[in-house]
Amino acid sequence: MAATYRLDQLTVHHLATKAGGAAALHALDLVIEQGEQLALIGPSGAGKTTLLATLACAHQPTSGQFELLGVDPWALTQAERHALRSRLFLAPQTPPLPPRQRVVTTVLAARLPRWSLWHALSSLFKPAEPQAAFDALSRFGLGDKLYARVDRLSGGERQRCGLARVLLSNAESFLVDEPLSALDPTLSQLTLTALQQEAAARNATLVCSLHQVDMARANFSRIVGLRAGRIVFDAPREQVTDAMIAALYLNESMDAPMPAFHDSPARLAVGACL
Amino acid sequence: MAAAQRHPDPAFRQRIVTGIVCLLLLWPMLVYSEFKPWILFDAQSLKSTGAFLAEFFTPAHDVEFLKMVLDQTWVTVAIATCGLALAMLGAIPATLLVTERLSISMLGTNRMRLPARALRQVVRVILILLRSVPELVWALLFVRIVGLGPTAGVIAIALTYCGMLGKVYAEILESSDAHASDSLLVNGSSRLAALLYGALPESAAELISYTVYRWECAIRGSAVMGFVGAGGLGQRMDESIKNMAGSEVSTMLIVFVLLVALADLVSTWLRKDLV
Repeated sequence: MAATYRLDQLTVHHLATKAGGAAALHALDLVIEQGEQLALIGPSGAGKTTLLATLACAHQPTSGQFELLGVDPWALTQAERHALRSRLFLAPQTPPLPPRQRVVTTVLAARLPRWSLWHALSSLFKPAEPQAAFDALSRFGLGDKLYARVDRLSGGERQRCGLARVLLSNAESFLVDEPLSALDPTLSQLTLTALQQEAAARNATLVCSLHQVDMARANFSRIVGLRAGRIVFDAPREQVTDAMIAALYLNESMDAPMPAFHDSPARLAVGACL
Repeated sequence: MAAAQRHPDPAFRQRIVTGIVCLLLLWPMLVYSEFKPWILFDAQSLKSTGAFLAEFFTPAHDVEFLKMVLDQTWVTVAIATCGLALAMLGAIPATLLVTERLSISMLGTNRMRLPARALRQVVRVILILLRSVPELVWALLFVRIVGLGPTAGVIAIALTYCGMLGKVYAEILESSDAHASDSLLVNGSSRLAALLYGALPESAAELISYTVYRWECAIRGSAVMGFVGAGGLGQRMDESIKNMAGSEVSTMLIVFVLLVALADLVSTWLRKDLV
């Protein structure tokens, strides 16, 4: 089976930092097979979101090897790399939905990479595949919201609406960032199950960052622990012990001294912090 | 020791310095522009203002004149609308070239490729050139080329407003929330698709209200350009002022107020539909 991702000594810096600044991800080695499902856990600021963005070709690594679906995306031309992006789907933690848009339009936007411009325009006038949008929303219990406006949805509904897009994409890899952050336990399980079933049905790879360690251990067979930009462990769930989890989340700022200088961007606008 | 640590705001000093520099720059501007508002209130000015206003309180209202005003109002609205439509035809593609949003080459690298950057700068300079020449000057120029009449006004508005719309449209897009359009781009959408499904829903209301406001400005602009022979209500107003017919000027000014109020109404109505 071919690997979806092959990371070798991959180092990534934040886009804003200058050369020589601290890396967000340090020398990661990670191989993810096609169709594999894994959970990414770790404390806030560990680099989970940066890793997902890197896997989505939304973030260029600084050094190391990055292989995606058999090629190095950053060695391709811009057009080829952009074509590759349509084979992945990154669902950010805050759902990227314009508040004034209708749910049906916002969900169908996942089809855009496959649509011609003319088709995209006509779908703004009359939704092209309302049935497909309805089916995707129903999987997350949102079928009745098909023609509602996004700003009428609650936070949890918006989050699931953003995830319904995943089902309408034809991605071979789902990269989902904190899909459960605004959901109650029952909806969390329903949502995670819908994502995992869809990934399994189309043999897509699923990488899911989670704050709920219990959910991660209960639903994913492979767990990757990330802390301070490094992989602490990468193991089948049977081998992940409570001690490993405790060490992963151990609060290091308690004993470390506070930094004397505040980290601020090199250039500050006059009203930047108003 | 932790309590003794200070946390100075790194932006504070820069703000103070910027404030002082702005004041220093503004003062000579006030002096050089000879801004002396008290001249308005000396005895002679007040007297001539009073005479002027007295004339104004009896707007001309004979049928023949009103018919002419209606006719010319229509010409003015047509000049403004055609000019703005032509301006948008140029401004919308220019916006897409100039805006830093929706850049596929910046995805993941935060750097724009050199050819793209060069193209952006070229279009930006063209927009600056277009809007830095006042529409009155364009009108004077085109009255010489295409002769007296509305055509010169339409071309003048189209050129200046193309520059303004292109710049402001791009800035409206850049100041809106990029999350939706960026996310579409990251998942493989084309630029135009991301614009239609991500950026436009975020900023449609602002874009529309600015466009309607510009239409309002174009109506006023076409009045001014009438004075140099570019047709419409302004040309008639020029004639009336030269004939010292204050009541006719008054009627035409009322028409302008009504037109601006109409623009305001249209803008409110369109925004209510969208927001």
